[in-house]
Amino acid sequence: MSTEVTTDLAGAVEDAAAHLYVWALKDIPQDLRDALAAARDRETSTTGKRVLEIIHKNVSIADEQKNLVCQDTGIAVYTCRVGEHFPLHPARIYASLKAGTARATVEHPLRSNAVHTITRENTGPNIGYRLPIVHWDFIPDWDGLDVKCVPKGSGSENMSFLKMCVPADGVKGIKQFVLESIVGAGGKPCPPGIVGVGIGGSADYAMYLAKEAIARPVGTRNQDPIVAQLEDELYGLLNETGIGPMGLGGDVTVLQCHIEHADTHMTLNPVAVNYQCWAARRASAHIAADGTIDFDREF
Amino acid sequence: MASHEVTFPITDPNEILKLRAGDEVTVQGHIIGIRDRTQIRIFDQGVEPPMDLTGAFLLHTAPGVRKLGTDSEGRGKYEKVCIGTTTSARMVRFTEPLGEQYAVRAICGKGGFPDEAIEPMQRLGMVYFAIVGGAAALETTQIEEIEEVMWEELMPECLWKFRVKDFGPLIVGIDAHGGSLYHDVQARAQEKLKELYARL
Repeated sequence: MSTEVTTDLAGAVEDAAAHLYVWALKDIPQDLRDALAAARDRETSTTGKRVLEIIHKNVSIADEQKNLVCQDTGIAVYTCRVGEHFPLHPARIYASLKAGTARATVEHPLRSNAVHTITRENTGPNIGYRLPIVHWDFIPDWDGLDVKCVPKGSGSENMSFLKMCVPADGVKGIKQFVLESIVGAGGKPCPPGIVGVGIGGSADYAMYLAKEAIARPVGTRNQDPIVAQLEDELYGLLNETGIGPMGLGGDVTVLQCHIEHADTHMTLNPVAVNYQCWAARRASAHIAADGTIDFDREF
Repeated sequence: MASHEVTFPITDPNEILKLRAGDEVTVQGHIIGIRDRTQIRIFDQGVEPPMDLTGAFLLHTAPGVRKLGTDSEGRGKYEKVCIGTTTSARMVRFTEPLGEQYAVRAICGKGGFPDEAIEPMQRLGMVYFAIVGGAAALETTQIEEIEEVMWEELMPECLWKFRVKDFGPLIVGIDAHGGSLYHDVQARAQEKLKELYARL
């Protein structure tokens, strides 16, 4: 049986990607704006408050001038939720995301960051071998596609950490590792941001989950109440370290701590930390099976 | 916490010596953009920079720009799109030779320098300015013009000469007297960690 595709779905996904990449870079989400405003209001150190005021001024200027919030256009990371009946194969979805990323970079123009990892030569308009990066999720009994674009800056991505704790380290070991990672990172990842923590699974999957965690709307909680409790506890502990905005000292070190988890082997206890800067850029779209794009959908 | 205005490049070393960690500074004049590959070329590959860095203010940046054309000597002319600041710590090892060999007097970036920068900055009379990382939309409005671009083949990690107006506010992160906000914050945090671990 063949399906006739009357709409240019590949084109729709490309259009969505091109729009999402630029939109994410210019217009930060409301949940993040609210978290930054709350941070400014509760910060008591003079320097920390000053930093948070400058951040607010910067976001306003980006809005007014339709400029990028931050110059680091990052690595384009997409999360796709593909319905099993969505009439475009993921291989084609990937090609369209890549084409959209390149088009946005050339047309705006955006700074192109992609380089060969050994020669360091530029590989194209924010595309290259295995760039952009896509996280996939497949949804049964559905014919839609959700695409989320998270441009990930290098300042925060460089502050990524993995530790293969052992079972005897317990949850205490997880907490210690997150604390020492964020204190060690200091001002480098542009605090206050979102600390993404991945626990369980395997080494690679823990890091994947940490990246999923930073891409969640700010302040959402893990569905598992045991994990959600750990999110709350770590959030409190991290804000006692005094690292403060831009690492210059203060009360607000992180806006949130998000955790994603997976079940694991009885002798594994992996913990991965992925940091997302205060400019936690994120934009989403829903693409229906007929090619209609809805840019308001958030996930 | 005092506030200052400083015009770069400086000729009087006292302009740097008057600054103390925690002070707020607004910068006028000319600043020079530089990044990883630029400094690797100067120091690891031994290529003399084709710009005078005496008394200079260096900004850790790789700007987003639009090319307008090429001048009669074949050099590109660029206009700003979005100019912001990158993480400094990656480039800390260049601090001493920048001050010693080229008389650079100020380095500006985000996230700070580790403690190894404190001694050379004190000995050579240099200062580290902290900018608010990610605040590129604001920073771009304070850059009046991209006056010169050298080593275009390293795009965007070229040597950039910017004319700025009211650049900042910047916070003195490390001063020329051995003071470092980053050292102080980290020392307090390490003490706090001991207390937090005991509570877990």
